[in-house]
Amino acid sequence: MKYGLQFRDVFAAWEFLLEGLAVTLVLSVCTMVLGFFLGLACACAKTYGGSRARQAVTVYIETIRNTPLLVQIFLLYFGLPSLGLRLEGFDAALIALVINLGAYSTEIIRAGLEAIPKSQIEAGQALGLTPWQIFRYVIVFPALKAMYPALSSQFILLMLATSVVSQISVQDLFHVGSIIQSRTFRDFEVYTVIGAIYLALAFLMRGVFAVIYRQVFAR
Amino acid sequence: MIREFGTGDIVYLVFAARWTLALTALAFTGGAMVGLVLAVMRISSFAPLRVAASIYIQIVQGTPLLVWLFLFYFGLSIAGLPVNAWTAAAFAYSIYGGAFLGEIWRGALIAVAPTQWEAGASLGLSYIQQMRHIIMPQAVRIATPPTIGFLVQLIKNTSLAATIGFVELTREGQLTSASTYKPFAVYITVACIYFLICFPLTQWSRRLEERFNVAR
Repeated sequence: MKYGLQFRDVFAAWEFLLEGLAVTLVLSVCTMVLGFFLGLACACAKTYGGSRARQAVTVYIETIRNTPLLVQIFLLYFGLPSLGLRLEGFDAALIALVINLGAYSTEIIRAGLEAIPKSQIEAGQALGLTPWQIFRYVIVFPALKAMYPALSSQFILLMLATSVVSQISVQDLFHVGSIIQSRTFRDFEVYTVIGAIYLALAFLMRGVFAVIYRQVFAR
Repeated sequence: MIREFGTGDIVYLVFAARWTLALTALAFTGGAMVGLVLAVMRISSFAPLRVAASIYIQIVQGTPLLVWLFLFYFGLSIAGLPVNAWTAAAFAYSIYGGAFLGEIWRGALIAVAPTQWEAGASLGLSYIQQMRHIIMPQAVRIATPPTIGFLVQLIKNTSLAATIGFVELTREGQLTSASTYKPFAVYITVACIYFLICFPLTQWSRRLEERFNVAR
């Protein structure tokens, strides 16, 4: 028997797909913002902090980077209730993603910070800039420019990785896809459409990041 | 019936890790074959080959691995093949791994100075001979640290095969957690096993990278 592809049932559920897309977007954007600041804090601790702080950050990074995201999410969502802390699916997903992205962005941001030569900081001091001014204009801005490409591709990888939260029943784009699949039995068509939406989102993010780069840094 | 989470379960989980390793080996082999072809296509002087490889990489790197797993899991039956988690995983991971390894290896190939190709050509070596005796040995050295880095990524990502019912470490964790009702202990154990596999590789990759940077 020949199988004919039928996308009608999948597209009929477009409102539902949009809801899922919204959850994926909210989750991705929140994670990017929070994860970036977590990474920045850890990178500062690792670059300028004492040995105790540096060690703590190293343990955090190595633990997260050497275990799967899926297991980290399961641990927060299924594991924590047995210690008396019950999290909603969305909250558990957000916390796990932020912790995960924080570890990856720490390494990227640290490399950016270390790319600033010491002589630049000394030049700032010689010009009589305050420590805050030095941090802002001499360290953060050029460092951000150096780390921008790596950081933006990490953000796109993160957006794709949010699909994993469907496994703890957060109603993101991927989970919506599996619900539509169970209603229509159009498995192949559903996942083709879902894949195409993720792909469009990834291209869109790349475009937005390129525009931001041109606006902010290329002057 | 609820039973206790004991040493037996831990041993069981450790043994389940062999399926994670087997799947990693399969994924890496498939990904390496696809990746090698892509890397060579990407540096080809024939534009359509470069464009085709580039489009492939853009598409795969822009979609979640989970989508590929499900597409193959359900797509196999449409193609008239028996639905089987092993086959679906083999296809999905080869496609996914190929895109990333292709990019890594392309970077390594173009990192070898163009004068090396010219030196080979002036010695009268053919394209294949230049590649085999001059470019590859140098490119392999450059590519080793990031390739091991990606291998770690691959090991962690085999956990996603649990979602199509492939019984590896994470899926075994889910099953043990369901029967013992000790999710915290189970998932901590699972995480520790992944860590014990991945951490030495991460360190090895970092040491190779440092040694390589010193040598340059």
